[in-house]
Amino acid sequence: MTGPVQSIERAAAILRLLAGGPRRLGLGEVAASLGLAKGTAHGILRTLQHVDFVEQDPATGKYQLGAALLHLGTSYLDVNELRSRSINWADALAARSGESVRLGTPLEGKVLVVHHVFRPDDTFQTLDVGSLLPLHASSLGKVLLAYGTAPLEPALEPGLEAYTRHTLVERSRLSRALAEIRERGWADEVQEMSMGEAGIAAPIRGHGGLVVGAIGLSGQLERVCDSQGHPRSSLINLLREAARAISRDLGASRW
Amino acid sequence: MVARYVMSIDQGTNSTRCILFDHHGRLASVAQREHQQHFPRPGWVEHDAVEIWRNLQRIVPETLSGAGVGAEDIAAIGLANQRETTVLWDRATGAPLGRAIVWQDTRTEPLVTALRSDPGDEFFLARCGLPPSTYFSALRLGWLFDQVDGLRRRAENGEVLCGTMESWLIWNMTGGPDGGLHITDATNASRTMLMNIRTLTWDEELLAFFGVPRPMLPEIRSSAEHYGTARSLLPGVRITAALGDQQAALFGQTCFSPGEAKCTYGTGSFLLLNTGSDLVRSRHGLLSTVAYKIGEQPPVYALEGSIAVTGSLVQWFRDRLGLISSAPEIETLARTVEDNGGCYIVPAFSGLFAPHWRSDARGVMVGLTSYITKGHLARAVLEATGWQTREVVDAMNADSSVPLKQLKVDGGMTADNLLMQFVADVLDVPVVRPMVAETVSLGAAYAAGLAAGYWPDLEVLRRNWHRAAQWIPDMDPARREAEYENWKRAVERSLGWVKPPRPP
Repeated sequence: MTGPVQSIERAAAILRLLAGGPRRLGLGEVAASLGLAKGTAHGILRTLQHVDFVEQDPATGKYQLGAALLHLGTSYLDVNELRSRSINWADALAARSGESVRLGTPLEGKVLVVHHVFRPDDTFQTLDVGSLLPLHASSLGKVLLAYGTAPLEPALEPGLEAYTRHTLVERSRLSRALAEIRERGWADEVQEMSMGEAGIAAPIRGHGGLVVGAIGLSGQLERVCDSQGHPRSSLINLLREAARAISRDLGASRW
Repeated sequence: MVARYVMSIDQGTNSTRCILFDHHGRLASVAQREHQQHFPRPGWVEHDAVEIWRNLQRIVPETLSGAGVGAEDIAAIGLANQRETTVLWDRATGAPLGRAIVWQDTRTEPLVTALRSDPGDEFFLARCGLPPSTYFSALRLGWLFDQVDGLRRRAENGEVLCGTMESWLIWNMTGGPDGGLHITDATNASRTMLMNIRTLTWDEELLAFFGVPRPMLPEIRSSAEHYGTARSLLPGVRITAALGDQQAALFGQTCFSPGEAKCTYGTGSFLLLNTGSDLVRSRHGLLSTVAYKIGEQPPVYALEGSIAVTGSLVQWFRDRLGLISSAPEIETLARTVEDNGGCYIVPAFSGLFAPHWRSDARGVMVGLTSYITKGHLARAVLEATGWQTREVVDAMNADSSVPLKQLKVDGGMTADNLLMQFVADVLDVPVVRPMVAETVSLGAAYAAGLAAGYWPDLEVLRRNWHRAAQWIPDMDPARREAEYENWKRAVERSLGWVKPPRPP
């Protein structure tokens, strides 16, 4: 095992120093307090500023803790911003796949639907932005669980609701499914929420690769899945392409 | 081999975009490049027409390589453009005479004031359907004739050409100084104040009034017909459509029947209602304009209501007040409260446009009490866009025989669910968003593809339109009326704030 990463130790020290008092500190003060070269301290401060953990006063150039650090436990990406940044890609996914598309983020043990694009067949459909889906029985929810965006422990409690006979309600089966999702990079849900319907979903990543939400499509079983009951690879490709495009837009570099 | 795509060029206020669309009207490839905004003096806004032409020369190949295709795969080219922006250029060299004067430019304000009192709005309305405003091209030409020595003489000799951006780009694409086509379409020409709105030809009386020599003007053509063949950029590909951007959005939203309307929600917002072959003269402050003209068919007209400040109010809330850090967060903030708390914002930052047309109005925020939080202000910001839409729709319903049954929407603000629900609530009609957000580009592509036979008829285009979202009205009628009354009282308080200058 390798030793501690020095720059992360130093970054932590800078955060502790800034948290220590109400006063903003200049670059010189930070460097002197921690015995760092000014250039080193500046590099770390700029990186912390980039991830919004530190803010610099535009007038004086002094540093303080950033707002993002204060809300570390809650989602850092506004859900309305997520919708706004995804809307063109979600539209394209619905147009190409022929199925309805939803975006989800976690909310109090459920999936909050933050965006919904109708299936492009002009039948009557109702916008369900703001509605909640179960984490363990939806493809969006399984993505959020698999990547730690939604806390896992409550979801593994006994007594999960069985919506159909296919719903994963046992801890071991759900855990295995989540590991598989992490392995292949997308989730499926085949008749787990209602019979005759299926869905697939993929993670949306922000800065540093952190998963901030999920995008998925869903529809009738025979359209989403092949005759063996596996999701069609053409749909999976379209979905992952859309998820990657949104992630790139949000600043995730590798995906 | 059958051509696979139609190319659309959208020469907009901030950028130029090039998009390829397939037979289903789906976006296949896109490239975009922004151009510089020049603000030489307060109220002046200019673009460098050469920069825009160079941008187009870069993005066309980018778009082709994005889809992995060549010129032979393109069935036709259609253009949409920022309306009213005017450029002059030398016929022999192709060099512009100064920068293009942009539609937002208010340098002709004193001239507008003078014309509205003498000869008065009616003289213009009867001929071109427009009252004098700083938007329209004729006033800019008048200003240029006064400022540039010898311009009128050179224009009379045919040495200088003028046009809106589509004229400039088509001229350059079809050969430039070496026989380039100098044309415009009826929708763009309908925004110059020089075209007769009934005959769709340059109006002799208006030309005489503004002193515009006929030889400098482009030929007015249909919005969709075979204009000519490109000689540069995409040699051999037919150019078959041109429309002003708002008309292109109406076309892209497939509002082909009388009574169908769309609203594009951007910095400002533009609501256009198809009035069919009837030219409706508004008695309620709307503009009569050409919606489109397909080939030899009779023109289709539209009523237009422009709202100056909608998205820009959210930007102001973000940049000037600093209450949010990104525009979409306005919805998050607005949802922290149940209602507006009695607060209303009338964003008459530079007067009120349709249907009031009051340049003496300025913005007001009313109903403030110690109860009001920033959440209520965020609500009031969004509701201002809803009520301004309602005022324009009321004016349209009063002017037109067919009342609005649903509103098709596009533009960036349609991502805001709270706002779209509010628009449906206050209009009391369903609001629908199409699956292709790029309605301006799509409209230009549709018109071009139609003229080139890529699509057979309007019905096929209609079938390409799909609903991506729909908001159904869900507001108690009594509450709607009470809130509208409050909004109207707020508007009254914004009027007459700017006093006329005292006589010396």
